[in-house]
Amino acid sequence: MKEIFENSLFFGVGISVGTYLLGIYLKKKLKIFIFNPLLVAITVTIATLLVLDIEYKSYENGAKYLSYLLTPATVALAIPLYEQFMELKKNFTAIMVGIASGVVTTLLTIFVMALLFKLTHTEYVTLLPKSITTAIGIGLSEELNGYVAITVTAIIITGLFGNIAGDYMCRMFGIKHPIAKGVAIGTASHVMGTARAMEIGKTEGAMSSLSVAVAGAMTVGGAIIFENFI
Amino acid sequence: MKYVIQFEIIVAISLMGELLNRIIPLPVPASIYGMAILFTALCTGIIKLSQVKETGMYLISILPMMFIPAAVGLLEKWDVMKGFLTALIAISLVSTVTVIAVSGFITQFIIKRKEKER
Repeated sequence: MKEIFENSLFFGVGISVGTYLLGIYLKKKLKIFIFNPLLVAITVTIATLLVLDIEYKSYENGAKYLSYLLTPATVALAIPLYEQFMELKKNFTAIMVGIASGVVTTLLTIFVMALLFKLTHTEYVTLLPKSITTAIGIGLSEELNGYVAITVTAIIITGLFGNIAGDYMCRMFGIKHPIAKGVAIGTASHVMGTARAMEIGKTEGAMSSLSVAVAGAMTVGGAIIFENFI
Repeated sequence: MKYVIQFEIIVAISLMGELLNRIIPLPVPASIYGMAILFTALCTGIIKLSQVKETGMYLISILPMMFIPAAVGLLEKWDVMKGFLTALIAISLVSTVTVIAVSGFITQFIIKRKEKER
């Protein structure tokens, strides 16, 4: 039984999509925010691998074809962005200032909390790229001589949190304007947050994709200054 | 046929993004170059919306699923993470919350003020 799964090319994708569907079903039925489809898929998949004692490598052997689509799908985010171009032009200053304030806040919070947790320089620079999209984050972490694997982990935890709780956070802080929501979610939690913003609405999704690109670029600039602080 | 062309256009742009990523020595991923290329092509009319729309929107609708493999990979990094897991989670959560509050509030504030002026 175990061998069938380990040698199958379709096990990885099958279990990922299947558990994701389970997550969508649970969310619809129970309407509790912790039943986020992505979170359900991740925990149930991990649990299944552990129970059946299947190595991550055998799972990834098939599942990598899902990640393969990540680049084309991110490219496609230009479509809603184009459709919302008028909104973007009309509110250009607000959007840019909003993203910049978010980037500075990210770097400042990490700096303050790194002091609180007495992190070393390497641990500190490892976390600086945590709010930006994985590919830029990896490059930046390498550039700063951080632990790249941990940077990726922090990026995923951040993205997952933005995906699960992003719109609840917006509601909590009284952020109702679709553009503001999109900027907030995209700046805070990159493409994983954007995936959720896309489900909230077209404007939210488009502004979130824009924020991912702009915040990524700004973070690269900002981190080079912030790296000197610890 | 229509979807085949749409898919090919998106993949070709991804390829161009990949090339730029190799040529330009900046930590900018292929996908972000690709997004900029497609956006520019749409704005200048080189590519029409109808040439990418359905396939693009389909890809976007299944985007969340594409993060599952990487996140399941956290399983393998457990040993590296154990040491500073508390700091890692605390910093991730606190900064996400503060960033959503600050950038959302500022964006909304400027938009509202501008709307009042009009």
